[in-house]
Amino acid sequence: MATAEKGRPPVGDWATDYDIFDPAYFTDPGPIWAELRQRCPVAHSERWGGSWLPTRYEDVAEMARMVPALSSQEFIVVPPVPLVDPETGEVLRARPYAPPISSDPPFHAVARRLLLQAFSPQSVARFEPYTRGLAHRLIDEFADKGQCDAAVQFSQQIPPKVIAHLMGLDETMGDTFIEWVRGVLEIGAQDPEVRVATGLKMLAFWTEEIGRRRAQPTGDFISWLLEQDLDGQPVDDLHATSTCNLLLVAGIDTTWSSIGAAIWHLATHPDDRQRLVKEPELMPTAVEELLRVYSPVTMGRLATEDVTVNGVTIPAGSRVLMNFPAANRDPEVFPEPDTVVIDRAHNRHVAFGIGIHRCAGSNLARMEMQVALSVFLERIPEFELDDSSPVTWCGGQVRGPRSVPLLFTTS
Amino acid sequence: MKVRVDPEKCQGHNRCYSLAPELFVIDDYGYASASGEGVVPPELEDKARLAAANCPEYAVIIEDEV
Repeated sequence: MATAEKGRPPVGDWATDYDIFDPAYFTDPGPIWAELRQRCPVAHSERWGGSWLPTRYEDVAEMARMVPALSSQEFIVVPPVPLVDPETGEVLRARPYAPPISSDPPFHAVARRLLLQAFSPQSVARFEPYTRGLAHRLIDEFADKGQCDAAVQFSQQIPPKVIAHLMGLDETMGDTFIEWVRGVLEIGAQDPEVRVATGLKMLAFWTEEIGRRRAQPTGDFISWLLEQDLDGQPVDDLHATSTCNLLLVAGIDTTWSSIGAAIWHLATHPDDRQRLVKEPELMPTAVEELLRVYSPVTMGRLATEDVTVNGVTIPAGSRVLMNFPAANRDPEVFPEPDTVVIDRAHNRHVAFGIGIHRCAGSNLARMEMQVALSVFLERIPEFELDDSSPVTWCGGQVRGPRSVPLLFTTS
Repeated sequence: MKVRVDPEKCQGHNRCYSLAPELFVIDDYGYASASGEGVVPPELEDKARLAAANCPEYAVIIEDEV
């Protein structure tokens, strides 16, 4: 979105100078990955602090298991910026801290175990009725208008409100959450000042919410979190604020990107849309296939020693981008990789990562996506892109559409 | 046909449970194991194969009856 405005030179050679914030990369990365897979198994670029970018499935899977040689202590796709208290100058966080995403073994397993209970399929099923009701309420707002922006008015609204509801906060916090996640990732990745300012706001908010619940538990997720232990140690404010931050940063624009990309796909592929309307029992495989083709998330790793992948040596100290989206388009693993086949049977996609860092919220994301798409197709089975306004995408750490204008017939 | 989940490989993706809930159970942390003794009724054999072919960790294993 911002490349041209910021005056960076255009990418000449993607293998040696890729730019993950180039509009070409986040609008249609498939051809770029296809070229890189042919030419160079692990690309390298000095842009955005320098990084290495694999594109083959086997390489990404192997790298996900290089723990802790490829450490999660830096999981953002750009270099970290310290969070400094503007008044005292105290360094509050030297780098983003969000266990278990930012953890390596052995603490990783401790922090992960705490979260897994809250995000098991059984736990997230409790939020399905709320999610279904929310999807209907959102559609009620535009159902009789014959047009909507499916990204802004639907996809973007669901995850922040579900997360707010899950945490025990009012769903009206959703808009603030949207501003914050954009502030730390979508905008913040390219603008450290916005990232720090947003990080300070989030920390202040959580510190207050946590303090209130320490004084008087309310029976919600945050109160539950404070009662848990980490291998016998109480959950302190550092861990609690970091967990709350994690839920927002990992659980909002990721899922809204997936829902938005799925609706964009169904708007531009009427055969798939009609088949899914006629055969709703295909929804589980369709959701996995849409996650494969439109995987939103690229995670960062930091090489703590020299590692060699497919003959390429990545020196210690390098940032590595876990390119799950490209792995999912590898033709050696997925025949016709760029084509959505909504009943694809062989689909070991890694949209949620692979290995010990498998997305802890994947069950919540899957539930939201299945409910959102089912309700949308039930209420609005026929729709197409409104060509009078552009579809826009953003990317970097999280790729997805930010505007999907639709036209549809009202019943 | 029988199906089992290798607990050393399972990372709790729940792809098997999502695609074939009849054949798998999930513990409190989201890790999967085969339902009952892992015996797959003939009408669910396709679902068992689908679950195996969707596990990113290669943790779902099909064992044909001898």
